[in-house]
Amino acid sequence: MNTLLEPFEFDFFVNGMLVSVIAGALCGLIGVYVVLRGMSYIGHGMSHAIFGWAIVSFITKVNFYLGAGFGGFVSALMINRVARRRIIGADAAIGVITIGTFAVGVALISREGKFNRDFNAALFGNVLGVTFTDLLILGGVALAAGAIIFSMYRKLLFATFDPEVAEASGVNTGRIDALFALVLAAAIVATMNILGVTLIAAALVVPPVIARMLTDSFSRMLWISVLVGAVSGFVGMYLSWFLDIASGPSIVLVSTSLFALTYLMYGARGARRLRGAEAHI
Amino acid sequence: MSRVADANPPGDVLVRFERVTCAYRSEPVLVNIDLAVPAGAFLGVVGPSGSGKTSLLRAITGALKPVTGRVRFPGGPIAIGYVPQVETVNWYFPVTVREALLMARLDERRLPWASREEKREADRVLETLGLEGLAGRHIRELSGGQQQRVFIARALMRRPRLLLLDEPTSGVDVRTRHDVVHLLHELHHDGLAILVTTHDLNGLAAHLPELVCLNKEIIAVGSPAQVITPDVLERTYGAPMEVLSHGGMPIVVETAPVPADVVPLGGEHHEHPA
Repeated sequence: MNTLLEPFEFDFFVNGMLVSVIAGALCGLIGVYVVLRGMSYIGHGMSHAIFGWAIVSFITKVNFYLGAGFGGFVSALMINRVARRRIIGADAAIGVITIGTFAVGVALISREGKFNRDFNAALFGNVLGVTFTDLLILGGVALAAGAIIFSMYRKLLFATFDPEVAEASGVNTGRIDALFALVLAAAIVATMNILGVTLIAAALVVPPVIARMLTDSFSRMLWISVLVGAVSGFVGMYLSWFLDIASGPSIVLVSTSLFALTYLMYGARGARRLRGAEAHI
Repeated sequence: MSRVADANPPGDVLVRFERVTCAYRSEPVLVNIDLAVPAGAFLGVVGPSGSGKTSLLRAITGALKPVTGRVRFPGGPIAIGYVPQVETVNWYFPVTVREALLMARLDERRLPWASREEKREADRVLETLGLEGLAGRHIRELSGGQQQRVFIARALMRRPRLLLLDEPTSGVDVRTRHDVVHLLHELHHDGLAILVTTHDLNGLAAHLPELVCLNKEIIAVGSPAQVITPDVLERTYGAPMEVLSHGGMPIVVETAPVPADVVPLGGEHHEHPA
């Protein structure tokens, strides 16, 4: 028993556990809208874009959160704008805009040759290196995202399900899209050092996909996705201690295992629901 | 029991198009439209694909801005219920019937969950439309007619004065079409102004009190007996059509030219009337 509770004796582990659970729940919450808007690839793309902006912020000596957050927001708005014009699809817009920004970051790294700051944490995640400030910022972003989604629940749902009719019913879908882009950018910036650029996409997509297999109700999907994200964060972090593996991949492996389990347990019914979700993924 | 929250006093004009021209990029979709939709109207808009029927509805909702002219609401802004084409609905989206209805209640309540009064109202609308007991079902699990009625119910949750329906009988079977026509007449009887676009000349348009024939510009306005004529239809659709009469109701017969080498069933070749 003592062995099982041993990691909780260390403050850095408790901090790491807290951020993992909050980051998992936050990504699970926002991921529902990401998946249902057919923008699953945006998590992958935006995290790369924000990485590029993080490098730019570092070089121009702008605060990481402000620089990367602003850059991410601008990237998300550009994706929305390009995708809405329907000249190219959302997936192509994400690819062009975000990977272009990532390339700027990589180009700057190669030009500088060496940085004092370790960008490995941003690329692959480092839960155990999270500072108290990181924890506060993540908590603040999670609370703000929760408050925005809570207070705009119906408008967000309407604009996600049926944007044309929502607009006709008085919902300013342009403003909703911009607000969602801001929340998404803030969430990715706040979780980047925890999960890493390469793994955020999974945290955004896997919990809502599991939730979609389990329910046909939007409100239940939201709750289940948040729960799956939080549980994946908790179990993944805990296992990473005993298996001596990096916490980011551990969290993602737990959620993908839960996906496999759900897929097997719910068989045809879950697959049928997922077939519909494929249109969004 | 009235299905409509506040019935329209007849006579008032709800929406007026004043020389409205709309375009997507530089391509005009509506040209010089002058049209009034009075309270209590039951108006059908017919025309070929690309004739601007949906654009007319979008101009009313404000989603499409006129390039010239204006769309006015002489009595002030009104609540509008919009029923989209069922083909545009994502039937796999995770939403139950109750959730679909409640998402349209945007004005009074900011909390995610429904108030007791909202639940009662949703149940009342569902019952009126013959959907009682289906509130917890996923929208995909319903029959075609029920699915169409769910989206009419969602529009009614807006407590509209004007109901806009885009091709409500498109892709549905005869029974569903009959149900939809019957339901629209009941809603109109209860005082709701209705504007409906349709391709369906025989199944829907011929059963409406007034029609607008549209092909980017208005070709004709009048009762089905006045506008469902070979001359107006040819000018609207750009193709010849025959009109028969059955019990005083016009029935449109498409007279597509038959290629000379086509042999009808039975093997005998008949000359197609010119």
